[in-house]
Amino acid sequence: QRRAIPFTLGVPRNYDPTLHPFEVPREYTRALNATKLERVFAKPFVASLDGHRDGISCITKHAKSLSTIISGACDGEVKVWNLPRQECLRTVQAHEGFVRGICSRFCGTSFFTVGDDKTIKQWNWEAPGYGVREEPINTILGKAVFTGIDHHQREGTFVTCGQTVDIWDEQRSSPIRSFSWGVDSFSCVRYNPVETELLASCASDRSVVLYDTRESAPLRKVIMQLRSNTLCWNPMEAYYFTCANEDYNLYTYDIRHLDVPVTVHMDHVSAVLDVDYSPTGREFVSASFDKTIRIFPKDKGHSREVYHTKRMQHVICVRWSADNKYVLSGSDEMNIRLWKANASEKLGLLSAREKAATHYNKKLIEKFQHHPQVRRIARHRHLPGDILKQKRELREMREAQRRKEQNVRKHSKPGSVPLLTEKEKHVVAVVE
Amino acid sequence: MLVFGFWTTKICNTRNCFNKIVLIALFSLTFHCNGFASIVCPDLKKILTKFDSPSRWFMLGKKCKVPAGARERLKEAIAISEAMSEHAQKQAARYDLLLPEDAGFLEGDEDEDTNTISQADIADAVDITSGSKYFNLHLSQFGPYRLDYSRTGRNLLVGGKKGHVACIDWQTKDLKCEMNVMETVNDVKWLHTEAMFAVAQKRWLYIYDSKGVELHCVKKFNDVLRMQFLPYHFLLATASATGFLQYLDVSIGKEVAAICTKMGRLDVMAQNPHNAVIHLGHPNGTVSLWSPNQKESLVKMLCHRGAVRSLAVDKTGTYMVTSGLDRKLKVYDIRAFKPLHSCFLPAGASCLSLSQRGLLSAATGEIVQVYQNVLGSNPVSKPYMAHRLRGQIWGLAYCPFEDVLGIGHGEGFTSMIVPGAGEPNFDALDTNPYRSHKQRQEWEVKALLEKVQPELIGLDPGQLSKVDQASFEQRHKEQIEALGFDPLAKDKFKPRTKKKGRSSAGAIEKRKRKVAHEDQRDEIRQSVQERTEREKELKEKSNEKKLGNKSTLDRFRK
Repeated sequence: QRRAIPFTLGVPRNYDPTLHPFEVPREYTRALNATKLERVFAKPFVASLDGHRDGISCITKHAKSLSTIISGACDGEVKVWNLPRQECLRTVQAHEGFVRGICSRFCGTSFFTVGDDKTIKQWNWEAPGYGVREEPINTILGKAVFTGIDHHQREGTFVTCGQTVDIWDEQRSSPIRSFSWGVDSFSCVRYNPVETELLASCASDRSVVLYDTRESAPLRKVIMQLRSNTLCWNPMEAYYFTCANEDYNLYTYDIRHLDVPVTVHMDHVSAVLDVDYSPTGREFVSASFDKTIRIFPKDKGHSREVYHTKRMQHVICVRWSADNKYVLSGSDEMNIRLWKANASEKLGLLSAREKAATHYNKKLIEKFQHHPQVRRIARHRHLPGDILKQKRELREMREAQRRKEQNVRKHSKPGSVPLLTEKEKHVVAVVE
Repeated sequence: MLVFGFWTTKICNTRNCFNKIVLIALFSLTFHCNGFASIVCPDLKKILTKFDSPSRWFMLGKKCKVPAGARERLKEAIAISEAMSEHAQKQAARYDLLLPEDAGFLEGDEDEDTNTISQADIADAVDITSGSKYFNLHLSQFGPYRLDYSRTGRNLLVGGKKGHVACIDWQTKDLKCEMNVMETVNDVKWLHTEAMFAVAQKRWLYIYDSKGVELHCVKKFNDVLRMQFLPYHFLLATASATGFLQYLDVSIGKEVAAICTKMGRLDVMAQNPHNAVIHLGHPNGTVSLWSPNQKESLVKMLCHRGAVRSLAVDKTGTYMVTSGLDRKLKVYDIRAFKPLHSCFLPAGASCLSLSQRGLLSAATGEIVQVYQNVLGSNPVSKPYMAHRLRGQIWGLAYCPFEDVLGIGHGEGFTSMIVPGAGEPNFDALDTNPYRSHKQRQEWEVKALLEKVQPELIGLDPGQLSKVDQASFEQRHKEQIEALGFDPLAKDKFKPRTKKKGRSSAGAIEKRKRKVAHEDQRDEIRQSVQERTEREKELKEKSNEKKLGNKSTLDRFRK
């Protein structure tokens, strides 16, 4: 019979604060160390997917599987990749000319592509058997070039944009509804993932147009100073979307109040080409013509992270993986790169102690984030020489404009030159 | 006077009053429990009344002020962090229930004074292990001894004035090293672990290994009289006979600061364990407080009418006990720099030491007296315990987690049992007296990583957690200049227009007037402040005029 072992603590603790003096300075030192170590372990680049023979124009995630993605290139090739093994599973010559858009069906069995040859093609996810030629399940021929495609979350409808925004049923070969608003072309269209009947599209008259599929006409549009290239809806908050603009900024709008953007995200030094939200809805990643991708928190005006490589040229498209851990970027030099969303995160299974230590360090950095020394280290990112120079130039230009505006205001009748906040400066009009 | 009388009469009666002594054993009450499930944590009030020693109160209250023009987000953030902090404090206070040990104490019978109970009686009455904590080392050859206990309390370092240095594990009486450095030894101090110690010898400062091997001879530190080790900063602070206060970082081996105090020979030194500030006592009765970041002292207090003989600061950093040549023992509140009370000792106290639980030991000549409840607002009349030795007392130190007081004197070293002196519950992750080799290694690495930089030493150790109002205001001013307007200024109140005739001009004015006084309040306060300042200035000017200091050049001054 086993002797009853009296309960003794292996590591007796006493939380009396007089036994633990200097808690603030010690915690501050730990926070400094944690920030420095985070920078030491910040190695975000995971892998590069090689194989395309022309620049990549679009990437899409599989609706159900985390390990597959499809990418379309500017020579009409579409490749299906397996991310864990970093190899190409299948190549399809989908179009003659650019592949303008790809979207995967919600059930995960097929995907759609649109291209410069005015066709919409639907393909199977599984590769055909040995010796069988690649054939699309369905081909639809249109009248004009289609520039983007997106699929409904639950039903069998998809929407394309080109000269007009068309809503298609999968069984029909002509659109069931067409929206247009005196614009000659649209560059991007997206379904709202939460409110599945809402759509938004970016038009060439520098506007973003909102639609409801249940209505017969577009809802309203907001006109900005420069054209938006792409937009993305926040997957957690149904009424926010972020559009990537040509004037180096991204704008987050609330569809209920389109007159002023909720936030202006400024950090890029060249046109922003693509934007995608993280599945948590708290951050998004943007790809820009300056050869970087930046990760922004949804409510802050500046980026928390910037990824760049010497080999990565103009980034055309970017996607955030559905497990919130990786970011994929497709760029001009025919490579898709896989990055970690949290640059200093350790991948793989962590032991309980490692997890506790990571949480503790993260919390320490958050607690002391405003202290100048900690902030200086946490904010520091290396930028390539051109981008740094461009950033300084832009800063000087903006300073000069601000000074000029101040002088004009000082020397004119008080009240005649109104004070506009940064948010108010960029919206030209909201049209119903 | 009372103490002397009692002692001389009671020595012969100790054998008779053996039966009357009521002693509660040291280190009693190991707390056994059968598992966490069986503990039902009672509510906070019960715990706090049960363990009502003041050190157990985890500073509940003291909420931070929400600034006047704060935005919603800031208020929410403050509320959330306050709630979390309160929760954490409550959980920490609840853990008190699980502390395994209780502090011991000494109680006499109804007609008996505890200070008449002799050490030999106590040693007989308690168990063998505790009884063996009372022992004497007869080392009469090499001069009066100074001593230091290591931070965990396991190792004892004794240094005789004529050069004898020894380090002992005093509980097992295991001699680690013993040597004679062939020079005068002014002070000995352990460094952060039992691997190294510093000896202030006649000319320079030497650092030795625990085996007695000389590691360093630091010539920059000359004529060192007293040393203090700041454990969380890894700084060895030394006070020299030439009036220099020097700080040595023992982890990188660099001298951090050398301050010329210009106050003469420095031979009274103490550290404040709460904020790492060094207290120095001077022959003109002043006590000065120093940090390595300033060339001048932080604070200078006039404490005694004669020279200051000895200093001690308690572990919470609230009270300072000083004794001087004017035979007074004074207690000060060091946070507010106010004297609390003073008492008269017939022969003054040459050495003072405060234990972890607030017992004060004062040494006069050959007698050591221990006082209880000194740190409070009530003055003490009679000592808790007393002990007489054979030899001039040269050094006093309490052992960290034991009920033991070490006394270094002219005839060697004595270890005295003082029930209730030591903190019964140690924290194994901070200083663990029972740590293994591996645990010590892990602790040392973590402590070095968390080493606090000396720039952070100041009177308030929590300075970093406070809002830096001054630089915020400066930045705000610069922002206003850059932008041309104040981004934090509130917009003027614009009342909403209502329907059904409720927004006539008169009604709107009424609504505006309701809120108008809010803007006015700040303006009024500002103008009142300015007016009072102007009046003060005028008063001072007029005072100056009246008092004189007239010079022939006054008529040219505007």
